[in-house]
Amino acid sequence: MTETVLSSPTRTVVIGYEKPFCVIGERINPTGRKLLAAEMALGDYSRVEADALTQVQAGAHMLDVNAGIPLADEPKILAEVVQLVQSLTDVPLVLDSSIVAALDSALAVYKGRPLVNSVTGEEDRLETVLPLVKKYDAAVVAISNDETGISEDPDVRYAVAKKIVERAEDYGIARCDVVVDPLVMPIGAIGLAGRQVFSIVHRLRTELKVNTTCGASNISFGLPNRQGLNAAFLTMAIGAGMTSAITSPLHPEIMTAIMAANVMMGTDRECRTWISKFREPVSDVERGERAGRRNRVRRRRVAL
Amino acid sequence: MENIDEIDLSALSDDELVEQMHDDLYDGLKEEIEEGTHILLDRGWEPYAVLQDALVEGMRIVGIDFRDGILFVPEVLMSANAMKGGMAILRPLLAETGAPTVGKMVIGTVKGDIHDIGKNLVAMMLEGAGFEVINLGINNPVENYLNALEEHKPELLGMSALLTTTMPYMKVVIDTLVEQSIRDDYIVVVGGAPLNEEFGNAIGADAYCRDAAVAVETCKELVAEMRAAN
Repeated sequence: MTETVLSSPTRTVVIGYEKPFCVIGERINPTGRKLLAAEMALGDYSRVEADALTQVQAGAHMLDVNAGIPLADEPKILAEVVQLVQSLTDVPLVLDSSIVAALDSALAVYKGRPLVNSVTGEEDRLETVLPLVKKYDAAVVAISNDETGISEDPDVRYAVAKKIVERAEDYGIARCDVVVDPLVMPIGAIGLAGRQVFSIVHRLRTELKVNTTCGASNISFGLPNRQGLNAAFLTMAIGAGMTSAITSPLHPEIMTAIMAANVMMGTDRECRTWISKFREPVSDVERGERAGRRNRVRRRRVAL
Repeated sequence: MENIDEIDLSALSDDELVEQMHDDLYDGLKEEIEEGTHILLDRGWEPYAVLQDALVEGMRIVGIDFRDGILFVPEVLMSANAMKGGMAILRPLLAETGAPTVGKMVIGTVKGDIHDIGKNLVAMMLEGAGFEVINLGINNPVENYLNALEEHKPELLGMSALLTTTMPYMKVVIDTLVEQSIRDDYIVVVGGAPLNEEFGNAIGADAYCRDAAVAVETCKELVAEMRAAN
């Protein structure tokens, strides 16, 4: 059974086939957020604080932290933001950068076991990122592209993922600590982008036996009602076997879709999470004949 | 069944036909655009007038509605594809008549970066607006850009990057143009998710383009300015 264990000093999150889908909050990322980028570059992290808290409140199990700002000191900012977010919440973090020095500085200050985002199949990335992941005993996201680009052939993307997993094992990183991102492309530009992902994810789960993640919002780029599409995509990706995604927990459509998919996949045992979220509140008037039992103490089962 | 009124394009007056072609471009109807292009040419229209009045004007409208969030990416791709159908007919004729071109761009994703969906979208939108586009693909070292500039002699050089690690390479390319004293021969525009205007200015580009619609407008303006100055 493939389980990826991530942690903060006080909380552990497990990504796995028998676990509810892991929601990784995407909001702490200045890419395409002009205001946030400008503030972060000046060391003003107030918006980061708010994004961290609202995402955890909305049900994020982990938070992605990215500080990719042009012309800024990304290693310094990423480390500062990681420390700040860890002081505010206890969810484990995803350390997200394409700059190896930034990953290094963030890993150095992180408390617990983070997920490093990311390594690709490109030779120089494999050689620089994997030793870091090993050094800090972290887990890593493996993006299925290499020097030749992002193939539209699912078999090629699967082969790249397999190569990364094998290289990670050479560095002493266990297969369960490599979470593969099959790469989600905009469906508005590539009509088969959805089917590509579902087919790769199925193979990653049944053949390579790894956990999977993705930047789910990419799917709806350039289209209206993005959250509706994101929700359908996530539902179908979970059906195909995906076990986590970097997405926005702030949209009710998305969280409802994920919770429903957990019910369908049998990872929300006895539908408990679903019921507790959606049980209609009962008013005193309607309570009627049940009123006498109002103060009955419910016996609780031991949480799984 | 959808009720589709068959329109006989050849029965329309010139003005009606041009307007119908604007609608057909908007709806991404490639065959209809090709047919309309042939009809106008048969009626003695100059290829350049067909390009400007029917195609470029039609795509201008598409561009505005894309910018304003009325049209979406798949629709714009269909419009651009329909435009390309018309352009394929006009291009050899335009070359023969020596008509002025809308502009030419060499575009590519920089070295170390393999992302090309956004860049391809820009290329298609530019082609849709009548530009000739030489698309160098992904992972381009400075030599690729230099060779393509030498070979194709475009007005515009476009560079794209999707990573904070690869976008500094745009400066390497621009610095090389400066070293070779050919920087001022070209309009350099840059784009990609992690970029911003400040970065574009810092590396010495002429413009940063936020998205494909902005890229088209910016390139048109800059080419017009360049031509007015010469």
